[in-house]
Amino acid sequence: MDFLPVILWSDLLLWSLVLVSLVLGLLSRRNPLLRGAWRRVGASRAGMASATVLLAYLLIGLLDSLHYRPRLPETAAQTAAADEPRAAYAVDVHSLLDRLLWSLRTRNEKTYSEPLATRAYAKETIEVEGPGGQRLQQRDYPRLKHGGAHLGDHEAGRHADIGQRLLRAGGLAVLIWLVTAAWVATARSRATGGTPVQAWRQIWRNQSAFAWNAVLAAFAALLLSAAAIAFLAGDYHVFGTDKVGQDVLYQVLKSVRTALVVGLVTTLVTLPLSIFMGVLAGYFRGWVDDLIQYLYTTLSSIPGVLLVAAAVLMIQIVIDTHPQWFVTAVERADLRLLALCFILGLTSWTSVCRLLRGETMKLRELEYIQAAQAFGVADLRIIARHILPNLMHLVIIALVMDFSSLVLAEAVLSYVGIGVDPTTISFGMMINNARMELAREPVVWWSLVAAFAFMFVLVLAANLLADAVRDAFDPRQAGAA
Amino acid sequence: MSAGAAATDSNALLVVRDLRIAFLRGRQPLLAVDGIDFQVAAGETLALLGESGCGKSATALGVLRLLPAAGRIQTGEVIFAGREVLGLSEAEMRAIRGHGMAMIFQEPATSLNPVLTVGRQIGEVLDRHHGLAGLAVEQRALDLLAAVGIADPRRRLGEYPFQLSGGMKQRVMIAIALAGTPRLLIADEPTTALDVTIQAQILELLRELQRQQRMGLLLITHDLGVVAQMAHRVAVMYAGEIVEEASRDMLFTAARHPYTRQLFAALPDLSRRRGPLATIPGQVPPLTALPVGCRFAERCAHAWELCRRQTPPWRHVAATHRLRCHLNDGSGLQPDGHADQRARDDDPQSPVHDSPAAATPPLLAVTDLRVHFPIRRGILQRTVGQVRAVDGVSLTLARGRTLALVGESGCGKTTVGKAILRLVTPTGGSIRLLDRELVGLPSRALRPLRRSMQMVFQDPFASLNPRLTVGEILAEGLQALAVGKGAKNDADAIAAILAQVGLDPDAGQRYPHEFSGGQRQRIAIARALAVQPELLICDEPTSALDVSVQAQILNLLATLQSELEVAYLFITHNFAVVDHLAHEVAVMYLGRIVESGAVDDILRASRHPYTRALLSAVPSPRLDRQPEFIRLPGEIPSPAQPPTGCHFHPRCPQAQTICRQDYPAPTALSPTHVIHCHFPVSVDNESPSRQAKRQALSTTKLA
Amino acid sequence: MFAYLVRRLLYAVPILIGVNLLTFALFFMVNTPDDMARMQLGVKRVTPEAIAKWKADRGYDRPLFINSAASGVGIVTETIFFDKSARMFVGDFGRAEDGRDIAREITARMGPSLAIALPSFLLGLLVTVSFALLLTFFRASYLDFWGVVLCVAMMSISTLFYIIGGQFLVSKVWRLVPISGYGAGLDAWKFVILPVAIGVIAGIGASARWYRTIFIEEIDKDYVRTARAKGLSEWSVLFRHVLRNGMIPILTGVVVVIPLLFMGSLLSESFFGIPGLGSYTIDAINAQDFAVVRAMVFIGSVLYIVGLTLTDLSYTLVDPRIRFE
Repeated sequence: MDFLPVILWSDLLLWSLVLVSLVLGLLSRRNPLLRGAWRRVGASRAGMASATVLLAYLLIGLLDSLHYRPRLPETAAQTAAADEPRAAYAVDVHSLLDRLLWSLRTRNEKTYSEPLATRAYAKETIEVEGPGGQRLQQRDYPRLKHGGAHLGDHEAGRHADIGQRLLRAGGLAVLIWLVTAAWVATARSRATGGTPVQAWRQIWRNQSAFAWNAVLAAFAALLLSAAAIAFLAGDYHVFGTDKVGQDVLYQVLKSVRTALVVGLVTTLVTLPLSIFMGVLAGYFRGWVDDLIQYLYTTLSSIPGVLLVAAAVLMIQIVIDTHPQWFVTAVERADLRLLALCFILGLTSWTSVCRLLRGETMKLRELEYIQAAQAFGVADLRIIARHILPNLMHLVIIALVMDFSSLVLAEAVLSYVGIGVDPTTISFGMMINNARMELAREPVVWWSLVAAFAFMFVLVLAANLLADAVRDAFDPRQAGAA
Repeated sequence: MSAGAAATDSNALLVVRDLRIAFLRGRQPLLAVDGIDFQVAAGETLALLGESGCGKSATALGVLRLLPAAGRIQTGEVIFAGREVLGLSEAEMRAIRGHGMAMIFQEPATSLNPVLTVGRQIGEVLDRHHGLAGLAVEQRALDLLAAVGIADPRRRLGEYPFQLSGGMKQRVMIAIALAGTPRLLIADEPTTALDVTIQAQILELLRELQRQQRMGLLLITHDLGVVAQMAHRVAVMYAGEIVEEASRDMLFTAARHPYTRQLFAALPDLSRRRGPLATIPGQVPPLTALPVGCRFAERCAHAWELCRRQTPPWRHVAATHRLRCHLNDGSGLQPDGHADQRARDDDPQSPVHDSPAAATPPLLAVTDLRVHFPIRRGILQRTVGQVRAVDGVSLTLARGRTLALVGESGCGKTTVGKAILRLVTPTGGSIRLLDRELVGLPSRALRPLRRSMQMVFQDPFASLNPRLTVGEILAEGLQALAVGKGAKNDADAIAAILAQVGLDPDAGQRYPHEFSGGQRQRIAIARALAVQPELLICDEPTSALDVSVQAQILNLLATLQSELEVAYLFITHNFAVVDHLAHEVAVMYLGRIVESGAVDDILRASRHPYTRALLSAVPSPRLDRQPEFIRLPGEIPSPAQPPTGCHFHPRCPQAQTICRQDYPAPTALSPTHVIHCHFPVSVDNESPSRQAKRQALSTTKLA
Repeated sequence: MFAYLVRRLLYAVPILIGVNLLTFALFFMVNTPDDMARMQLGVKRVTPEAIAKWKADRGYDRPLFINSAASGVGIVTETIFFDKSARMFVGDFGRAEDGRDIAREITARMGPSLAIALPSFLLGLLVTVSFALLLTFFRASYLDFWGVVLCVAMMSISTLFYIIGGQFLVSKVWRLVPISGYGAGLDAWKFVILPVAIGVIAGIGASARWYRTIFIEEIDKDYVRTARAKGLSEWSVLFRHVLRNGMIPILTGVVVVIPLLFMGSLLSESFFGIPGLGSYTIDAINAQDFAVVRAMVFIGSVLYIVGLTLTDLSYTLVDPRIRFE
């Protein structure tokens, strides 16, 4: 084998999360109430446009969650030593995304360079060939090793080159979009029984039940930007390079996975706990309720940041004192990431728990629960059949609402120094590194702006989708908003 | 459509012409009110009568231009005191609201601002419309509170709504409405949320105020009894249209529209003997699917082809009586004459069978049942008192019989039902079902007995889990109590029970939200009956339903009893329902039974002053048979601090010293009729007050 | 009411004990005093003697919970837990790793923290409630729609960007106020104004949208319809009726943080170089100074419980239903 698959814990959780949500999605199709709620989400234009954008992020994140260790080229000695060559694998772990972005990952410059630049950002002493063929020392902006290297001596042709690439990118994007739109219209027409043109007109006028026009519009925006970046990234640093000359685009794309893991895995690990505790407290009341209330009041009375700080410091010590647990640096960083998720979860389960407890107490008094009690149905069965299904909408709402705040929290914690491992690329680390650069003269702004833009789009999309989901699932909110 | 409307009376205070109100659902406007015309003169009461969802509340809000955000007035004219109101600016409209037209709402509990004092809420109107301030506001507010019959108005002025009882809140609402000295008062179901004795007080107050101030009153109600007491003229609404309009006397003696006639027939009535109620089949069409032609045609016994094709025009049958119906309008085909009598019922025969009660041992015997809830206060949450929700209730019920437990809200009647089922734990006493003691039985041992007793709840929307199919809901009891033998038998049993309650067998695959309120209540009954109980506790099973649907459910319960020999403990506040179902009646007041007996003993020969007052307060939907209203002062005291002696003495017109000291022991007036009263009212038609005087004399003589 | 308060305060004791046990466990279960000594001493100077001395100097040479060597009360009191955690109940926070008295440090740093946090809080509340009321007044119009969109966009921006962007624009490009630092007395205003402004702006999005939801929910209630039927203007309805009732749920979220204002803001203090408790905490975290972190955790929990009690008290101000129970 050319590679050794590596399954990180966070990979496993992320993929199983995707799988579980797919299964749950399929299951919820059977129930008309849930189906109706999802249909309302589907009709929300802002929600569906956001969902499209989030899918793109998710794709990046999932590609970045398939890890492997490449096989090292066998040395002659090894071959000689063993009859059966034992494969040796590199210690650094790559993901599928790294493989796709190989050129971005490897084509490092010496230091800062502006987006799409061909020369470095600071003057250096360089040797140039003088008119007489002699070597001259001169202070100038040196040419970049990779950025715009294909231009050769035609540096002046940079703008034309970029323009041409953008045109080609736009053309390709339009083409793909048209094909997709036509495909959607045909599929719709087959489903509704009209002609594709009619179906298209419906989509265009926002008359279809599903907000196809929003999806297509978001898809168009995504295609355009993706194509433009793809066409430029081959020979330029689209978002420039950072202090050590690493491509900022690469960093931004790698940050996506960290954000997704923090946003999704955290709620996933805490949900079972908060559902269990909340339902138990609300249903049985009495001393169970007192105990659980005591637990979450105690936990929530500790300032969140401090609790996270204390826990993360402890985890770091554990990690540092047990280096033998980890084969690779990536695995170590991954454990710290997971630990962060658990700790964040520990501080955030209390609010959901309190919410579910209150709702359970309300549900408990409802007449259909009393009817079940009148049949002597066992408590656990009442919880499973009558209470949990009627809490699901709150759980879904909590899940989507928490996502964006967790992504934001990761950035802050990483800035404070109690977030992800320093070797893990995340939005927080990018901001932290870029912050110092603002003090430089002239200002190095691109890292910060790139991180800002990618993070803003992610969180905004998550917030908009959360709104759509909440409006669709919360019967009380549905009328008001 | 408005062509046939009565010519506008020049002294009409409010004229509504061709009013159309739609509610937006998504982008689709749904017509809730479809071209209605009516007018109200000064000093006149027009009752707008209709079942829920017919558009009567939307009409009231539309007149005041207070529709919720999704509501739109599409066309029409609303002329108030000669001014077209719909074209006014919002600022001009505000000057009319509260001043020209005032409104009182159905739910006094939620219609008052919970965080402002009564004084401020009244003062706001005085400030807004009369420019009063300071002491003048206070004085006027005191006058208003006194005018609406609130005792100790100065104290109440500084109180918040939650400190007032339901009846007092509605009085405050009326005071707020009166504060702007309106010329027209719009009352939207003003007494629906109140107990009958309080309802009678409020209706009396409204009548009195209207007479004094010569206000116009637009009364919106679903209750024919209220109409009979209050209205001068009546407009009957159905599915967004007015179908019949007549003077009260005309409507109650010679209603012409089949819908109005059916409403009367479906109404259980104290003064009518038991027997099946006529029912209106089906239900009000939803706004999304209003039929072409006459909207009632689908449910009408007389409808023929023309009704389904053409909307009937207005037709005058007398000077003050008009209707919209093709029947007998000379438009060709006539229906057969006896269709009116053709009962389109689930069951034609008399449902309540009068089998002798005594022979068999009782199915259920409750003795001295007590349910107390502790009140905890203080640092250590010590129990400082008890809410005596149920305080020594005894009753017996034989197989196949119905016992009605009647009382006003908060008297503990629902708690009795729940305590029997052990949904709340009894504090003391004994409950024997099938000769086995239930009190103190561990829940595991109670389980087999649960098969024998089941409950039907009040709210058909809260009593079915929205996430389960009807089949799953019905199977729950079968599985929990292991009644059926496997899934196949369960499915058969479910199909059978669905048929028994009058639902399609394929209903099992559907979810509760696809059913209307009446159908849901059928499902709830089916769920309880699936385990073949011998005792069914029905907790106000019809109080959330419209009159026509209520009749269906009552008939169904009666039929099921005759077929299955099941006994009912029927918990209700509505005396009118009792007569059609019950064999025996027990009347509860503040956690205790004050009078019990056979249905005739209680309804027609009651001896307890409370029962008599309660009966007299029920508004009768007949013009001639309203008994003299016995006014009870005050409201039900808190069960945490019941009055000493006889609980009823503070409100009793004939209370004596002994009533304040001792709780009266049971007195058997006949083998079936038991009463807790020191001075039972005699059966003749002597008015209670006179009798009280006589008894007072006799007791003083004795002493 | 009095009984209620007493009960509330009594309830605080087990919670604070729980907090103490929890943080203590967090610190000492994984991180032995030996580890701490090694970390504080640095790699070079680690010898068993140095560690033993370090522990003895700081009282870490005792058992964690139970000292079986001691007698009488000493079994419990001569332990690390009692020494380091239980003493905090009487305000004895001990010394930081650099030897300074934590309690004195905290008193000195409270002022600058409050100078930032209090104005941000008050101004923020005023701005967000007004903005939410404005959106409610224009509900279901384009103004409302775009206002909500603005709120969602603003809450999607990390606080870090608000701070960095504000510092960059106001201090670096426009040079209006110093980038960071703090001055004594009234001179402090020019250091305070930017953090306060940023604190307010960063909070608008989430809070204004939440308050708007609350107000919109109130506006559909029956009593609002009654108020309109009285002929009151829309503004009177909003201010006299909706605002009063809407304040009840708003207070839940707001009052509880008032005592926590003493703790300062971690981010702005560290960015703007304000010598408050927030930056103290961050420095302690970065220096892994557990004594300080432990003290801050304890103070934070005390303040949180005070906040909960204040919340209940504030209900009685706005909600007569609770006042008269």
